[in-house]
Amino acid sequence: MMGFISYLVNGISLGSVYALIALGYTMVYGIAKMLNFAHGDVIMIGGFVTFTAVSGMGLPPILGVLISVAVCTVLGMVIERIAYKPLRGASKLAVLITAIGVSYFLQNIALLIYGSNTKSFTSVVSMEPLSLADGAIIISGETIVTILACIVIMIALTSFIKYSKSGRAMLAVSEDSGAAQLMGVNVNATIALTFAIGSALAAIAGVLLCSSYPALTPYTGAMPGIKAFVAAVFGGIGSIPGAFIGGILLGVIEILGKAYISSQLADAIVFAVLIIVLLVKPTGLLGKQIQEKV
Amino acid sequence: MKMKAWNKSTKSNLITYGMVIAAYVIMEILMKAGMVSSLLQGLLVPLCTYVILAVSLNLVVGISGELSLGHAGFMCVGAFASAFFSNYTKEAITVSGLRFFLAILIGAAVAALFGFLIGIPVLRLRGDYLAIVTLAFGEIIKNVINVIFLGHDSKGFHISFKDAFSMNMEPDGEVLINGPQGITGTPHDSSFLIGVILILITLFIVINMVNSRTGRAIMAIRDNRIAAESVGIHITKYKLLAFTVSASLAGVAGVLYAHNLSTLAAQPKNFGYNMSIMILVFVVLGGIGNIRGSIIAAVVLTLLPELLRSLNDYRMLMYAVVLIATMIFTSSPGGQAFRERYSLKALLGQKKQEKEAK
Repeated sequence: MMGFISYLVNGISLGSVYALIALGYTMVYGIAKMLNFAHGDVIMIGGFVTFTAVSGMGLPPILGVLISVAVCTVLGMVIERIAYKPLRGASKLAVLITAIGVSYFLQNIALLIYGSNTKSFTSVVSMEPLSLADGAIIISGETIVTILACIVIMIALTSFIKYSKSGRAMLAVSEDSGAAQLMGVNVNATIALTFAIGSALAAIAGVLLCSSYPALTPYTGAMPGIKAFVAAVFGGIGSIPGAFIGGILLGVIEILGKAYISSQLADAIVFAVLIIVLLVKPTGLLGKQIQEKV
Repeated sequence: MKMKAWNKSTKSNLITYGMVIAAYVIMEILMKAGMVSSLLQGLLVPLCTYVILAVSLNLVVGISGELSLGHAGFMCVGAFASAFFSNYTKEAITVSGLRFFLAILIGAAVAALFGFLIGIPVLRLRGDYLAIVTLAFGEIIKNVINVIFLGHDSKGFHISFKDAFSMNMEPDGEVLINGPQGITGTPHDSSFLIGVILILITLFIVINMVNSRTGRAIMAIRDNRIAAESVGIHITKYKLLAFTVSASLAGVAGVLYAHNLSTLAAQPKNFGYNMSIMILVFVVLGGIGNIRGSIIAAVVLTLLPELLRSLNDYRMLMYAVVLIATMIFTSSPGGQAFRERYSLKALLGQKKQEKEAK
């Protein structure tokens, strides 16, 4: 029983990271209607920037995180401007392939700068582990910080979208970009803002992920990226609460699957759950059903 | 008018076949003359594998219009089924040609079965959801194959999903599939010639299918599902047919791949989603729905990193840049306007035409 609780907490912590990444996927999909395959690699860049700042230059961790967020925000906007903006209005597949190109580009840049050796990431969290039930359950500082960060970000993001002008512009563009433009919304700026927010969240997710799982390579972001993508689809792509729920569920399923069924099959279980959910509800848990017209 | 149109497509198809044969003859002559580096020679069979994969994926993505990101999974199934068969019958069937022929049939059949079974649920979904579910299936196949342990002894087959010891085999038993280590000792039956023959067979199947009543039905579904349904085209049947044939051909590519290596293991590098994406890149860069384009793109993009070898560490970076630049140039509204205005052959377009002229 104690084991189950600690697995559950670890699952929620991993799920929080997935949720942060999935938010980036889902926001970009909702607004630009594209699958941003390069999103996972922004996580990795975020990890490396913090690694350089903290382990390389000896800056305090909090400053490292801030630098990382700043770098990734700019990176996300630059990627959008150079690679995706010219392709607005092009076929979906062309955009998808470009995103894959960007993903290769980021991985290889990291490979050139840092080499293929695994870097050991120093955790940015310096909190004492929390011991519950007379030491039967030990929750690490990283886990607590990850879960808290996810909740805070989730609340901040939801209120930003609901109450701020730019947030509402984002909603309008995702609903109908043509109509939004006619109403005076600057669509290009809104899309750029979405990429900026998504990439900033990816940087935070990268730092949190690397703090809990400290091995950092140029390919670190790929698998969490794909899983977060699965989480976004799971919750209904385009839906922000969906990404949150999908991410948490996915993390919990993965950790429990690893603990109780098979550690090698954990990924297969995650994907199998996704397939079952989509077969029952073809647009994900909270996705909108779009009626097709002739 | 109708006759003329038919003639045109026949001509175009003959060019496609001729191009493959010509490429083979040129390669053979160059090899005889000793002008081909051993590195490039080692790339020939994988090249054939990629061409088959690209052509077969084009059937799903281009002709049927469904984005599939799990093609490597079918390749994986074909590779493992056939390598298992070849390994098991290594002593029983000594004629390598016959054994390889049977292996190809088995690989194709098993992959087709998987394509059919996976196609039934997957093809109910649309667009990006379909893409992510095919990706998920591909990953599941790779993951599950990594935990299969299968051995054979005097008492028959033993299977386990944990490790080689829990199969409880007799001491004389032989482990055929060893979990993450995969299959070792597969006979080296693949060759460049067989690869090219398989490409031609693949082309024959795909081109004939596209130009048949079936192909037209599939394309009608792609262009307008509801209109196609209203004229009595059985949507599920045709979609499933295209998906199954494509999976089966990917299985053949897997057979070719498996018999070119002595050790076959399902790793993210060869059977993961990265591989599926790489094949998709071939299809999209070659032109969606264009069979000849897929072949050229597969060849050029496989050789590109080798040709850029002098750039050392920067070559994959260049590959990425070329990929992004090509997509922006060929697909973006701005790029298309630019090409129309100057009607300049784009960098890649020119290369393609030169190749076609060969």
